[in-house]
Amino acid sequence: MSVIKVPEADAAGWKCATCDEELVSRPVELEYLDSLFNVELPTCPKCGMVLIPENLALGKMNQVEHLLEDK
Amino acid sequence: MEQAELRQWERKCVQEEVPQCVAACPLHVDARTFCSLMAQRRWDKAWQVLAKTLPLPGVLARLCDGPCKAACVRKEAGGSIEMDRLERFCAETAKPVAPPQPLPKRGKSVAVVGDGLTALCATWEMARRGFDVTLHCSVPGGLLPALPEGVLERELENLVKLGAAIEDGVDLTVEAIDELMDENDAVFVDGEFWTAHLSEVGEPDALTLGTQRVGLFAGPKGETSAVLLAAAGRRAANSVERFTQGVSMVTGRELEGPYETRLYTSLAKVESVPPVVVDGMYTEENGRDEAGRCLQCECMECVKHCEYLKHYKFYPKVYARQIYNNESIVMGTRQANSMINSCMLCGLCETLCPEDFSMADVCLEARRTMVESDTMPPSAHEFALRDMAFANGEKCVLARHAPGLDQSEYLFFPGCQLTASNPDSVQAAYADLRKQLGSVGLLLHCCGAPAEWSGRQALMDETVSDLRKEWEALGGPKIIAACPTCLKTLHEYLPDAEVVSHWAILRALGLPTDTARDCGSMAINDPCAARHNAMLREDVRALLEQVGVIVEEPEMTGETAQCCGYGGLLSEANPELGRAVAERRAAEMAEDWVTYCVMCRDMIAKTGKRAVHIYDLLYPQDVDAGARPSPGYSLRRENRSHLRERLLAELWQENGALAVEPYESIAVSFTAEASVLMEERRILKSDVQKVFLNMQKSRRRFVSRENGHFLTSFRPVVVTYWVEFSEQGEGYLVHNVWSHRMKVREVLS
Repeated sequence: MSVIKVPEADAAGWKCATCDEELVSRPVELEYLDSLFNVELPTCPKCGMVLIPENLALGKMNQVEHLLEDK
Repeated sequence: MEQAELRQWERKCVQEEVPQCVAACPLHVDARTFCSLMAQRRWDKAWQVLAKTLPLPGVLARLCDGPCKAACVRKEAGGSIEMDRLERFCAETAKPVAPPQPLPKRGKSVAVVGDGLTALCATWEMARRGFDVTLHCSVPGGLLPALPEGVLERELENLVKLGAAIEDGVDLTVEAIDELMDENDAVFVDGEFWTAHLSEVGEPDALTLGTQRVGLFAGPKGETSAVLLAAAGRRAANSVERFTQGVSMVTGRELEGPYETRLYTSLAKVESVPPVVVDGMYTEENGRDEAGRCLQCECMECVKHCEYLKHYKFYPKVYARQIYNNESIVMGTRQANSMINSCMLCGLCETLCPEDFSMADVCLEARRTMVESDTMPPSAHEFALRDMAFANGEKCVLARHAPGLDQSEYLFFPGCQLTASNPDSVQAAYADLRKQLGSVGLLLHCCGAPAEWSGRQALMDETVSDLRKEWEALGGPKIIAACPTCLKTLHEYLPDAEVVSHWAILRALGLPTDTARDCGSMAINDPCAARHNAMLREDVRALLEQVGVIVEEPEMTGETAQCCGYGGLLSEANPELGRAVAERRAAEMAEDWVTYCVMCRDMIAKTGKRAVHIYDLLYPQDVDAGARPSPGYSLRRENRSHLRERLLAELWQENGALAVEPYESIAVSFTAEASVLMEERRILKSDVQKVFLNMQKSRRRFVSRENGHFLTSFRPVVVTYWVEFSEQGEGYLVHNVWSHRMKVREVLS
């Protein structure tokens, strides 16, 4: 599966407070209603915590959720 | 939806029926489109509309006697459109057009006999359809009234261009007809000729124009109206076509001449405008103005008054088809989901529709089908159903006889939204009822309307079954409901219960002691659940009068009241449209609104318009009720559970407090911006508290280099919540919240 890159996947000044690490782009597997996507998202390189920024959640991700709900 | 059901629904909606003028015109000229173009001074385009339908348009447009005028809807609002004069003006003004392209040759020959208009028109119609047609006449169109110079000649040229042959100077005799019968597949003789020479073949049949001689057709006798003569020519062409094809001469011909149409056009709000009066021919301005009086007839009665129907750009006939198609999709996107889930199920369209089309029935059935087939979008109603589950959970449900009693004659059922929005008035109302009636029990429960509206019939049945158990356990008392939707739902689902409105009771017993007084003029908003309950509406008006309200009725009121935007869970499934509906309703009146459904009150209040619930007047609290904000989702929950606890403690001396969940003791506060976002994004305080509880265990969070805020997330069930916060003493101050339904499975290496 190809990895999707979206401009909204920006760390926007956040870093991992637990590990004190800068976030890096990593392919992340996302799932909704039996559909899977690989998307590059800001991730803590140490603990693997993934950030879903506000404008991604409310923008493109929301659109895809609705699209899948109507499939 | 089965196809047969679709057809039934489609038939009910009259929007696509033809206008009265088109149905009344023997040739079915599209007068509505013609007038629209004329009103825009697009003379050439308007002429094309006439030329598309009229045979020999230059002739007929000048001879038409306008039988449509008798059917014109404008007749009752100033006078019928002067269609005949408009046609003549257009014929003089517009650029002539070439005759239409005839159909491919059929290899059938027809002879047409006569000097009249019917013969000319029959020749035209048959030539258009690819017949080898010859007009036999002494003088072509010799019996026509005088026309401006060159008009007839030009159309005769067009007739030849269409492929017809004209044999003039013919001595028309009975013997000649016999010959033509031998040489051709069919013969048509026009009315004048038939009357003079051919009466032995019998009067032509009105439907087919056939005579006793097979293959011989004849025009009607003594007809003088030009457009009816032309229509006879077309009827003859249709008959010859059927005859030469060997198909039925009679079936399916109902729409050939003038017919009845079901299109309904309201004249409400139509200003009376008289026809343009001039001697002689119109000027361009006259033509434009006269055509501009055309009402452009359509129905749209429901769409005019419903923001939802308007929003989706069409009308119920189209929507029914879209919903049918939506259900048929196996692979691909179901594009009507949002439309189906946005109907308020309020029943206004059915009340306004001349044929009782009910979008509510269509949409509710579609929702049920979606639920059954597991294609209902999970996000559409989940939040509302979670709220219903909370209202029917241990924190909110309460069923008791009145304090100190072990039986109940009555049972007060305030409903889950009144307790959520205005718990203090509910408590006062219960006290008043006990004071006046004595043995009044209490049942705090939701009636199940959200389950019904979301199409979840199984959940609805389960909810009602729980309700029934509580009611029966209390001895089946008479139910006093304070919410019109509860009242309607209980009547339907608990048919053996006696259910009365709290307002009917108050009207009979008299007002409580401390009501508001002299409230002045207020606009009344009837909720959609009261649409078919005239008694309920009357009871409320009587009470309002008693507390000194001067009731102002909006244009759409009572049976035709407009929904507030909450009905059918619109504001949950489509918040933006819900808000637009509420704003339209709210803006309709200058006065403060008064209503007796607390969701109407809160929807209107959310738009910033002052609104009160009748409880605010009957059981006033120490606040400016009109300005009281609509409580947010979290506060609604707290109001319900606190009411239960308070009533248990104060009336029954019971400690109703339930074990505190660990997340509930986490102290959170919200910035003003975050509070707004919580409502907009439908995130509860308890969701946020759960996020913090999870963080306290996992210690996982992000930190912002810019402002030091933290960010953490948690997915309690199917939604992931993100909370941006700063620490504040023992608790947290929330700055931002968002959520998504998509789940992070794993980070790939």
